[in-house]
Amino acid sequence: MAGPMGGPKGGPMGRPPRGVKPQVKNPGKIFMRLMKYVFRKYKWHYIIVIALICVGVLANVQGTMFQKSLIDDYITPMLLVEKPDFTPLLEAIMRVAGFYLIGVVSVYTYNRIMINVTQGVLRDMRNDLFEHMEKLPIKYFDTHSHGDIMSIYTNDIDTLRQVISQSIPQVVNCAMTIVSVFVSMVILNIPLTIVTLCMVCVVLWATKTAAGKSGKYFMEQQKNLGKVNGFIEEMMSGQKVVKVFCHEEENKTRFKEMNDALCDSADRANTFANILGPINAQLGNVSYVICAIVGGLLALGNVGGFTLGGLASFLTFNKSFSQPINQVSQQLNSVVMALAGAERIFKLLDEKVEVDDGYVVLVNAKEVDGALTECEERTGRWAWKHTHQADGSVDYVEVKGDIVFDGVDFGYTDEKMVLHDIKMYATPGQKIAFVGSTGAGKTTITNLINRFYDIQDGKIRYDGININKIKKADLRRSLGIVLQDTHLFTGTVKDNIRYGKLEATEEEIIAAAKLANADGFIRRLPNGYDTMLVGDGANLSQGQRQLLAIARAAIADPPVLILDEATSSIDTRTERIVQDGMDKLMSGRTTFVIAHRLSTVRNSDCIMVLEQGHIIERGTHDQLIEEQGKYYQLYTGNAIKA
Amino acid sequence: MIRLLLKEVKEYKKASLATPCFMVLEVAMEMAIPLLMASIIDNGVDKGDMGHIYKTGVIMIIFAAIGLLAGMAGGRFGAKASTGFAKNLREKMFNHIQTFSFANIDKFSTAGLVTRLTTDVTNIQNAYQMILRMCVRSPISLICAMAMSFYINPKLASVYLVAVVILGAILMLIMSRATKYFSQAFPRYDEMNAAVQENVSAIRVVKAYVREEEETAKFKRTSENIYKIFIKAETAIVYNSPIMQLTVYSCILLISWLGAKMIVSDTLTTGELMSLLTYCMNILMNLMMLSMVFVMITMSMAAVKRIGEVLTEKSDINNPEEPIYEVSNGSVEFKNVNFSYKKDSNEFVLKDINLSIQSGETIGVMGGTGSAKTSLVNLISRLYDVTEGEVLVGGVNVKDYDMETLRNEVSVVLQNNVLFSGTILDNLRWGNKDATYEECVRACKLACADEFIQRFPDGYETRIEQGGTNVSGGQKQRLCIARALLKNPKILILDDSTSAVDTATDAKIRKAFAEEIPNTTKFIIAQRISSVQHADRIIVMENGQVNGFGTHEELLAGNEIYREVYESQTQGGGDFDEKAGE
Repeated sequence: MAGPMGGPKGGPMGRPPRGVKPQVKNPGKIFMRLMKYVFRKYKWHYIIVIALICVGVLANVQGTMFQKSLIDDYITPMLLVEKPDFTPLLEAIMRVAGFYLIGVVSVYTYNRIMINVTQGVLRDMRNDLFEHMEKLPIKYFDTHSHGDIMSIYTNDIDTLRQVISQSIPQVVNCAMTIVSVFVSMVILNIPLTIVTLCMVCVVLWATKTAAGKSGKYFMEQQKNLGKVNGFIEEMMSGQKVVKVFCHEEENKTRFKEMNDALCDSADRANTFANILGPINAQLGNVSYVICAIVGGLLALGNVGGFTLGGLASFLTFNKSFSQPINQVSQQLNSVVMALAGAERIFKLLDEKVEVDDGYVVLVNAKEVDGALTECEERTGRWAWKHTHQADGSVDYVEVKGDIVFDGVDFGYTDEKMVLHDIKMYATPGQKIAFVGSTGAGKTTITNLINRFYDIQDGKIRYDGININKIKKADLRRSLGIVLQDTHLFTGTVKDNIRYGKLEATEEEIIAAAKLANADGFIRRLPNGYDTMLVGDGANLSQGQRQLLAIARAAIADPPVLILDEATSSIDTRTERIVQDGMDKLMSGRTTFVIAHRLSTVRNSDCIMVLEQGHIIERGTHDQLIEEQGKYYQLYTGNAIKA
Repeated sequence: MIRLLLKEVKEYKKASLATPCFMVLEVAMEMAIPLLMASIIDNGVDKGDMGHIYKTGVIMIIFAAIGLLAGMAGGRFGAKASTGFAKNLREKMFNHIQTFSFANIDKFSTAGLVTRLTTDVTNIQNAYQMILRMCVRSPISLICAMAMSFYINPKLASVYLVAVVILGAILMLIMSRATKYFSQAFPRYDEMNAAVQENVSAIRVVKAYVREEEETAKFKRTSENIYKIFIKAETAIVYNSPIMQLTVYSCILLISWLGAKMIVSDTLTTGELMSLLTYCMNILMNLMMLSMVFVMITMSMAAVKRIGEVLTEKSDINNPEEPIYEVSNGSVEFKNVNFSYKKDSNEFVLKDINLSIQSGETIGVMGGTGSAKTSLVNLISRLYDVTEGEVLVGGVNVKDYDMETLRNEVSVVLQNNVLFSGTILDNLRWGNKDATYEECVRACKLACADEFIQRFPDGYETRIEQGGTNVSGGQKQRLCIARALLKNPKILILDDSTSAVDTATDAKIRKAFAEEIPNTTKFIIAQRISSVQHADRIIVMENGQVNGFGTHEELLAGNEIYREVYESQTQGGGDFDEKAGE
């Protein structure tokens, strides 16, 4: 269930419908880059493979050449003598067999090596992609459709498989074949070679024409397929709404339209792709006939010492000459398709990772002789280790959870500011609440504290340190966060709670679950704490998932907590029970609470009322009620009546 | 299962039959050519008869031309048949899904249905085309080539026969092993996709807990698994081409050796030997082709099975034989209703529900998570059928109404609601496709959506992205309410539909309802007490049963759960209540 993202809202994100493959802008460059990627690790593999391909091709060619000598050098002379001696022929066959065997072995070897290369490259690419993706800023995920990111892993990488494992070796293979066959043909007979070349040109022209048409219709098919898939995706996920609005018939009609268009273009694309085969084969046959006639005439007239055996070999070459040319042209199509995928892969790999210039780190601390010092073991106390850049001296500041916003301006894009001149301070242990209507900028503020986004203007200080100086990982480690859309991971309940603190013991996990009041329902699950959660915890209710998320934050034991609608899906009775746990969790920590349920925020030390990016009211619950302003309206819901 | 799918070939039967026929013709031409070739060499070149060379050459070219035409026709009809089949299949499935009830939809995941309609259909389309073009062509081509070889020289041809049998057996073995590995590989893929999906959607959590490295390590393990299984699968089929080559080469050499002997002893001509060598390639290539078709069929069988699952799924809610097309009023009655999502389960989600609601009443529904509030209201518009008892709307059992009539009169705003890509107006008109602009604006004003729509630069023409990602949660909910209002329903059900709307706006919407559509029966499910406390009566649900049913005051006095919820939300004492201006 994909909830709305907590990030920037509004402003349609223009993206092409899924499935439409945009034209690759710079295929040569991307191809070279892909090759570089492959060669980086598998240079020697590839070199060996190419050498082996050559061996395989040569073995094949020598076999074909043998057909000439079979007739000319062995059979024809033997026909002339009374008692033919078969030993030279046997020897020749054995020799050819030897070469063939080498050929077969090299074909096997290079195919085997290619498996490792292909799968290795795909694996590396997946790993690189994932590793890089994890480092990207939140902004990337907020501005790119998740489906598009997924499709890089599912579709684009797979299209590369064919290019790496088949296209490249095949192109090498074909090139080798073409060259060696061409040389052999020239050796055998030049006029016939010219005839063959002319026919190849005709074949190529016919192929190009048909392939061009096919390609055009394939693009159209992809476009229609994208439309149909998009429609299907949308309607399948909204099927219940379709039912409620009795929209089935309209849907059928719209679907039929798109489906018919898809069928139309698919039909044409496939037709042209299908007739490529017969065109090549039959034009090849015509070429064969012409060579036979011309060759027959030459052999009969014995022009230039051309023999019958020579004709036999030539005719075989004639066949094996046009074949690879067609293969190359066909491979080119799939290469172009794959390059479009490679382009998207590299685009993701080129996305700028989150920059982190922070140098203040979080360390365990203990007090020795009244001064705070760093220590290895976990003490429950933390300190910011501030290494001054100017002189290299080190300061330790205890982590207390003091957070100050000073004139903060922020916008997801530079054109449109979302927050204006936000000033606030939270002293350690305080509970600060943000209220306001949707879109007022509540979630945005929390996005800034943990630096999911960087502010445009102003300063945020954490225990007196500008948060830009703190290492992001350490900053985030010191902040516990529970989001409205709880996300759980595939794994056991225990694993999910442990996510907050990897080295947590069993007891700590249970204690955290109890604190969040999750222990009860966990024990009722089929396997208790070892119950497997799949598909974002689909087997739990929304409320139960939120309880787990709270337990996950509790176990991390951070000095600062951010609760973004953390209890919105828990019914109020349960919330009251959880509230005790939450209060325990919040005590002694600076807590930022976002809630639209006002009962959740009532006991805050300070409530900020946000409207369109400005703090318009601030104070305690009682003060704000007294003021009878926006908060009063929100709280009582009596805006109009009053 | 296959037969069920094949029914969808329909108007493409002719094309489906024509394809193999033309393929056979093409094969026949292809087979004749090496024979003519032999004749050119033996009777023309050898005897120095140019006339024969010309004559045979012309026949060969004619044959090639016929082959070309037949091949093109085969390709044309093959494309038509397979794409047409895919089209019909897709349409049939899509239309069938439209008849699904909520229970049917629950059974399949959205992703599962999408895959079936897209990837699976494409796989079947490819397999069908392959079968039409190759399943007949390859065996016939193989048999023809074999027959020709036997015709030329039975002794030498028997070499091929042996080779075919051996190669066939080996290929079968390899393929069956490879299929096993490949089928093991797919679940691994799902695992990886799940890992990526999880990380993309939960990236905030990953980053907040600084778990990037752990997640990467986890992903690498999954990726390593895929690597291993694919290495296994591909290693199994890697023998294919070398073994194929080995057989071809062995045949060529054997034929050369034996053929040479025969030519010397004058039982074979040179031309015939060359033809035999040509057939050799032909026979073995076709065998290879057949093994590929075999793999393709096994792979597409999975798709066939999955599509079959959808097509055989019967909708369990159907229109009655003589439906009633008129809902007289908005009264609702539950009589001894028991309900369970699973048919054969004794665990009821709703137990022993008896309620009577008059037309025009506003009913609040309260209760904890999982107390079956949604299940209760879903029965009213017959999104699910009761297991026992009956639900009456306007005094008539819901099962007797025409479903479309019922659902138009009972308008539901679902909890997990969806907007569709298109303009705001397009989305609103889902409620009533003939609604005028003014009617749409009026509905939006009622739902307090007009105020923010007017602020959009394009107003009512603003495009909504798929899933409504470019409007906020609260805006989306208000649009969904407006859409439901456009139906002009007799009963309106809001299933937690204002949870993301702030309290003030929520109150405004409720006020508009009370003033503008007083005759519509309204059900309001909510967590927030302020959303329901002004309702005429309030149902308190607990564990699938009605725990209390009455006015705010009655419940406050007599219902423990209600009082508890009320207090939890309005803590702070009576002081506050006075200020709230109760």
